[in-house]
Amino acid sequence: MFKKTFRGGVHIKDMKHLSSGSAIKEYKPQGELVYLMNQHIGAPAVPCVKPGDRVLVGQTIAEPGGFVSAAVVSSVSGAVKTVAAHVCHNGDSALAVTVVNDNEYATVEGYGAERDYTQMTAEEIIAAVKNAGIVGMGGAGFPTHVKLAVKPGTKIDYIICNGAECEPYITCDYRLMLEQADKAVLGMKIVLSVFKDAVGIFGIEANKPEGIAKVKESCGDDGRLSVVPLKKKYPQGGERVMITALTKRRINSRMLPADAGCIVLNFSTAIAIAEAVAYNKPLTHRIVTVTGDAVNEPSNFDAPIGTNVSELVEAAGGFKYEPEKIIFGGPMMGAAVYSLDVPVNKTTSCILLLKKDTVVPEPHECIRCGKCLTVCPEHLMPIKLKNTADANDYAEFEKLNGLECIGCGCCTYICPAKRRLSQSITAAKQFVLAEKKKAAVKK
Amino acid sequence: MKMLNVSISPHVRSSKTTTKIMLDVIIAMSPAMIFGYIYFGWRALLISVLSVASCVLTEFVYEKIMKLPVTIGDLSAVVTGLVLAMCLYSTAPWWIPIVGGVFAILVVKMLFGGIGQNFMNPALTARCFLILSFSRIMTDYPTVTDGITSATPLAAAAKGGFVSYTTLLFGNHSGSIGETSALAILIGAAYLIIRRVISPRIPLYVIGSTIVFVAVFTLMKGETPVTLNYLSVQIMGGGLLAGAVFMATDYTTSPVTKWGRTIYGIAVGLITAVIRCFGSPEGISFAIIMANLLTPMIEKLTYPKPLGTYGKKAEKK
Repeated sequence: MFKKTFRGGVHIKDMKHLSSGSAIKEYKPQGELVYLMNQHIGAPAVPCVKPGDRVLVGQTIAEPGGFVSAAVVSSVSGAVKTVAAHVCHNGDSALAVTVVNDNEYATVEGYGAERDYTQMTAEEIIAAVKNAGIVGMGGAGFPTHVKLAVKPGTKIDYIICNGAECEPYITCDYRLMLEQADKAVLGMKIVLSVFKDAVGIFGIEANKPEGIAKVKESCGDDGRLSVVPLKKKYPQGGERVMITALTKRRINSRMLPADAGCIVLNFSTAIAIAEAVAYNKPLTHRIVTVTGDAVNEPSNFDAPIGTNVSELVEAAGGFKYEPEKIIFGGPMMGAAVYSLDVPVNKTTSCILLLKKDTVVPEPHECIRCGKCLTVCPEHLMPIKLKNTADANDYAEFEKLNGLECIGCGCCTYICPAKRRLSQSITAAKQFVLAEKKKAAVKK
Repeated sequence: MKMLNVSISPHVRSSKTTTKIMLDVIIAMSPAMIFGYIYFGWRALLISVLSVASCVLTEFVYEKIMKLPVTIGDLSAVVTGLVLAMCLYSTAPWWIPIVGGVFAILVVKMLFGGIGQNFMNPALTARCFLILSFSRIMTDYPTVTDGITSATPLAAAAKGGFVSYTTLLFGNHSGSIGETSALAILIGAAYLIIRRVISPRIPLYVIGSTIVFVAVFTLMKGETPVTLNYLSVQIMGGGLLAGAVFMATDYTTSPVTKWGRTIYGIAVGLITAVIRCFGSPEGISFAIIMANLLTPMIEKLTYPKPLGTYGKKAEKK
């Protein structure tokens, strides 16, 4: 069967069998919960509680700190212990609210009350999403209410629900497809009620036939919704790649998906929208896959945000072997952590524990095989970009479209000389963007 | 708990390595070389062994003297040695492959920085150096054991002679060690393409454009009629197939961009045809090293367009 896809990309062993058979287990946190203020892209949230305050499930503990920012909501009831800096998964430290769980799970008033979204205006729906603190749960963490509040006059034609889950190992979206497809469809219907002229597309990689069947079944005969199987290939779930595969529209680094008439939502995000709008449940939990060859029972947990990651590893049977590497997210784009003493946040889709670190320490000389060009989904020339980046020639780097890099890591993955292409390119890209920001501030 | 390894993503790598790719090339070349040993006997084998040994040793000694990390483990010197042997005649004296190997590795490869840095194909450059320096010895081609043809098929065809297709396919005619059997080379090409070591783009454009240009030039000259047999000999009778599959596709000296490969393939074909029709009967090795020189420019001209810039439509919106 012909399946939609894109040019480039790599085929990686998906390793999803480790955890795909494990049903989602609800996890009750044992220790303190830590809510980081930087769980999203944009300005950090600003705490609105102080030590000693009692908070309830569903209570907002931090307000958005700017236009592109998101609120943070407590997932347990208890007393605020501290509002202080805490280490987060990327090794940085950020302001965080620590809550001591009293195990009562007392909720705020109106929590879980059903609402009829068809009676709500677009503004009310977007406000509900904003208050729930929903961000893109696929990994980037872009605040969803900002995504939905498009500039006036922008015509949105497609609402895309991204169920590609192209990263190896991760199975949280797959389990949600099997267990909560109805909710994702409801979430899509809610978003479609905001954009009256748009159609909704579920893009799901073809290695999840049961998931595709479930979502199709849940869509029923709704004419505005369709399910499109996509070829199994990394990075099929990248936002720009997804848009190109499904709509043939192309966006670059200077555009938002909305500029091409598209809005892309992760599968988990669509469920979070349904919970927030139709059931008045803010984003307090997310599905986390704990997997890898160093853990005893790879599983999928429905974990409260703020849970200490080491608790989840214990709940998954603990270590089978001492891991050499632990990754937050998938192996292609995730961040390696040096310690497990970090909290689950809104974008933590996976905790991957690897027995062996397979990264070759020393790269060799480039043999100019050109494989990095073949796999680049953005059709760039990684070998040349790396050379300009290593030479600190940022003007040339920009001229060669280095800023278009999406950081998928395909070039580094495929390189037979094991050169760190995407690493150099990402570093140069961040440098150029930071310089631009500085220049803009000066003006 | 102890501190864990951290690194920037991606945290997984494909199993492909430079050594594995070079091993694939060696495997792909072996059918053609084995056919050569069958036709030309133990001398052909000796030439290959000397050539490979000379290349590997030169690289080893150079790196030892210059106190560089030894890179003979990546097998690229073995490939260079095999390619050089492939395009030598089995009648060459024993010192020819040794001189060629030293020249290829020392002058063409190592002095320019080693693997990935040379701008001309080392083996072919060495061959051209040998032809120009020792032209009498280098053009003294052998007759095969059963002595079907004395001249190479290309030379015969240039005079309007007919060469049987089985001879072309199995290669029991005179020529360089590894380039006589079209069948064996095609097996190697299929292996390389299936293993995704090379894309078929360069070989197809080289062969296709050579044929087109040879036909046009021959018609222009009007001396020999352009028949199917004439064109088949052009493809299979000389070094074109081996050159297109094993030498024009050399990673280091061919463009990496998609359209660059197309232009490069056509350039190789054009120069080959010019040499074959207006110069000596054989020209593929000179054509390839000349096109190698164009590679940086071709790459610059064919820099790929990123995903987001196709068509101005999306930009305007």
